Amino acid sequence: MLRYSIKRLMSLAISLAVASLVIFLVIEVAPGDPASYMLGINAQPDTVAALRAELGLDVSRPVRYLAWVGGMLSGDFGTSYTYRTPVAGMIGDRLWVSLPLALLALMLSTLIAFPAGIYAAARRGRPGDVSVMGATQLGIAVPNFWFAMMLVLIFAVDLRWFRAGGFAGWDKGFWVAMHSLTLPAISLALPQAAILTRVMRSALLDILGEDFMRTARAKGLSRRQTLWRHGVRNALIPVLTIIGLQFSFLLAGSIIIEQVFNLPGLGRLVFQSISSRDLIVVESVVMLLVFAVIVVNFLVDLAYAAVDPRLRART
Amino acid sequence: MSLLEITDLSMSICGLEILKRVSLNVGPGEIVAVTGESGSGKSMTALAVMQLLPDLARCCGAVRLDGTDLLAATEPELCAIRGRSVGMVFQEPTTALNPVRTIGDQVAETVLVHGAMRPEQARERARDVLDRVGLPADRFAMSRYPHELSGGQRQRVVIAMAIALQPKMLIADEPTTALDVTTQAQILDLLKGLVADYGMGLLMITHDLAVVADMADRIVVMRNGEVVESGATRDLLAGMRHPYTRMLFEASDHQVALPEPPAPQPLLQVRGAVRDYRLPRTKLFADPGHFRAVDDVSFALNRGERLGLVGESGCGKSTLTRAILGLEPVQSGQILLDGEPVFSGRRPNLSVRRKMQVVFQDPFGSFNPRHRVDRLITEPFHLLDTPPKGAARRDAIAAALSAVGLKPGDATRYIHEFSGGQRQRIAIARALIVRPELILFDEAVSALDVSVRARILDLLAELCRTYDLTYLFISHDLSVVRSVTDRVLVMQAGRIVEQGETRAVFDAPKHPYTRSLIAAAPRLPDLASLRRTPDHV
Repeated sequence: MLRYSIKRLMSLAISLAVASLVIFLVIEVAPGDPASYMLGINAQPDTVAALRAELGLDVSRPVRYLAWVGGMLSGDFGTSYTYRTPVAGMIGDRLWVSLPLALLALMLSTLIAFPAGIYAAARRGRPGDVSVMGATQLGIAVPNFWFAMMLVLIFAVDLRWFRAGGFAGWDKGFWVAMHSLTLPAISLALPQAAILTRVMRSALLDILGEDFMRTARAKGLSRRQTLWRHGVRNALIPVLTIIGLQFSFLLAGSIIIEQVFNLPGLGRLVFQSISSRDLIVVESVVMLLVFAVIVVNFLVDLAYAAVDPRLRART
Repeated sequence: MSLLEITDLSMSICGLEILKRVSLNVGPGEIVAVTGESGSGKSMTALAVMQLLPDLARCCGAVRLDGTDLLAATEPELCAIRGRSVGMVFQEPTTALNPVRTIGDQVAETVLVHGAMRPEQARERARDVLDRVGLPADRFAMSRYPHELSGGQRQRVVIAMAIALQPKMLIADEPTTALDVTTQAQILDLLKGLVADYGMGLLMITHDLAVVADMADRIVVMRNGEVVESGATRDLLAGMRHPYTRMLFEASDHQVALPEPPAPQPLLQVRGAVRDYRLPRTKLFADPGHFRAVDDVSFALNRGERLGLVGESGCGKSTLTRAILGLEPVQSGQILLDGEPVFSGRRPNLSVRRKMQVVFQDPFGSFNPRHRVDRLITEPFHLLDTPPKGAARRDAIAAALSAVGLKPGDATRYIHEFSGGQRQRIAIARALIVRPELILFDEAVSALDVSVRARILDLLAELCRTYDLTYLFISHDLSVVRSVTDRVLVMQAGRIVEQGETRAVFDAPKHPYTRSLIAAAPRLPDLASLRRTPDHV
């Protein structure tokens, strides 16, 4: 298990290095000079040159790459071209909204999907299964911003249980902040839960047909005991894969929900900085997201090994 | 009184009759074998006793275990009976165990689920049972996982799970079919020992008459869901009143008449072939280890000769087959067909490759289900420079199908419309269509029922006469190899340990490994001697 973890950790480091290089190159290749963009079309060439020097754009690419990576490692992500504030601070603020939101949504989706998927698999073909499958069909088909608007209409406008949008801030207290993340998290979680339920169900159904499930029944376990003791853990591998993918999506892909609920999250930051060609922010946020995805993959790999002893042996 | 009494058991699934008035009894300490070909209902009979039938199955009749009618029992009652009063062992040990739980947990679970003991005691009992089935504590800790064990060892774990609570009745459904002959002999011994020690009744399902003849007290022969004949082993075999029983017995030991091979003239030459597989690195910068699957193998196959290759799983038979086909390179040595290497440069030598064809074991997995038969059997044409077209192609298809006993009209059908035996004929047609000089049969009859197998072997003999076939017949089944080969190679751990005339090797094996293989293979009893002494011994 230790050797397995070390190997995964090494592959994590390599992936990060490669990813940083790719991100840097892609953004370098993209047309448009941030300095002239910031100064407008009427700027004097020497003013532009001076700003390029100030921004550190005048040195060679390898040096800039190393400076960028080195800065990130020491927590310095550079200064935003547009806002003239440290990028680290900007991202930090947004992360405190996006990360809890993603975690909350993931938790909700797992809490819905596991029981629903197991329930549907255990009652395959019967009315319970059919209704769960119908609900997931709906969850996949309907876009999450529609859920978001419905939730706002019902719980914010009619019932007034929640605020329609905005983020209260963590300084007002944990529960107040969580309260303002609840509706966005639910709207993010519903479609994900629908997908996860289907994955859980089909993974379990595959397992139910395995020989060892019959062996378990021959030992005297009831259907339910067989399902819980031998089925669920074996079905977890594909489910974990999907959970990993969903987390990455939730972290960065929530821009529409952030827009609907007017939340200051990472998605909106990326959107704004792309439109204003604030490349240093884009670079940093993308790198951060890549880091998150790779770390999540690493955790999923560790979870695989915890679930399946055959992977631990294969070093 | 009988322990297990099955009386007039009928079972149907959606109106389709699977079992028809099956009756049989098993007494304490008695071994009763149910035998028959696939589709005879023998496994369904076993599952009916466990009441682990498919959801839509409907039973009538009576199945009594120690006086309790299992057909009338409720599901919770059945859960209390399964594992405690009756245990079951399955065919496929590689999939019968949960891969993510330790063997100790899985054996102890039988005890725990019945609430028979406290957890510590249950683990002690699991340890005892594992010891009893031949998995001692020093080599087989309770914390090991199924994937760390071999097939035979896993089957021992499955048996341990079944007998953990010392049930009165044990059901074994083809318990040794997936195992090598030497492992099979050990598992059969274990089962016999358990029956003797615990006084259990054993209901054993098997298609292999030789296994049955060797260990059963009584035999029940089934066909199409019906019992056609049953009786004490010796009486039944000596009498064989039903023609189906006679047919099974004869097909199991089917002998074919091969034509005399022509004068020796080498076709395939294998000289000092070595095939290494790289093992995963254990340390970052250390050299990765190698596993030598084929170790310095040399032999020659003459034109018109039928050569057998026998050995147990993992001995390197399949690796050698792939190397001969040029699918993989060898690390040293030479493989020449007609004097030309089968693998040249970094890929198979196509000019040699077209002279060889192969027939694989699985008649269900070796065809693309979306292609028609004509497309399937003409696949080898891509090896030719100028594949026949139009009428010539149709003629070739018709000739190949007729040669294997099918109709030319079958060319437009899909593979799912054919039975296992017919599919194997189509596989042979696919091999024949380019008139190869050499055909490799890789366990080509192992998945077939005995009667089907006998007919395929007849077909082989016939093709030998009409096409002067040269083939390499790879099998773990000694009796088949004995019947259809002139010469045989015995392979163990990557090496050829013995080779010679088939009859000579089988009658007077020289190498100890060959001797142990032949000793372990179950044999049909000699009918003449059975009939001479009809009384029980």
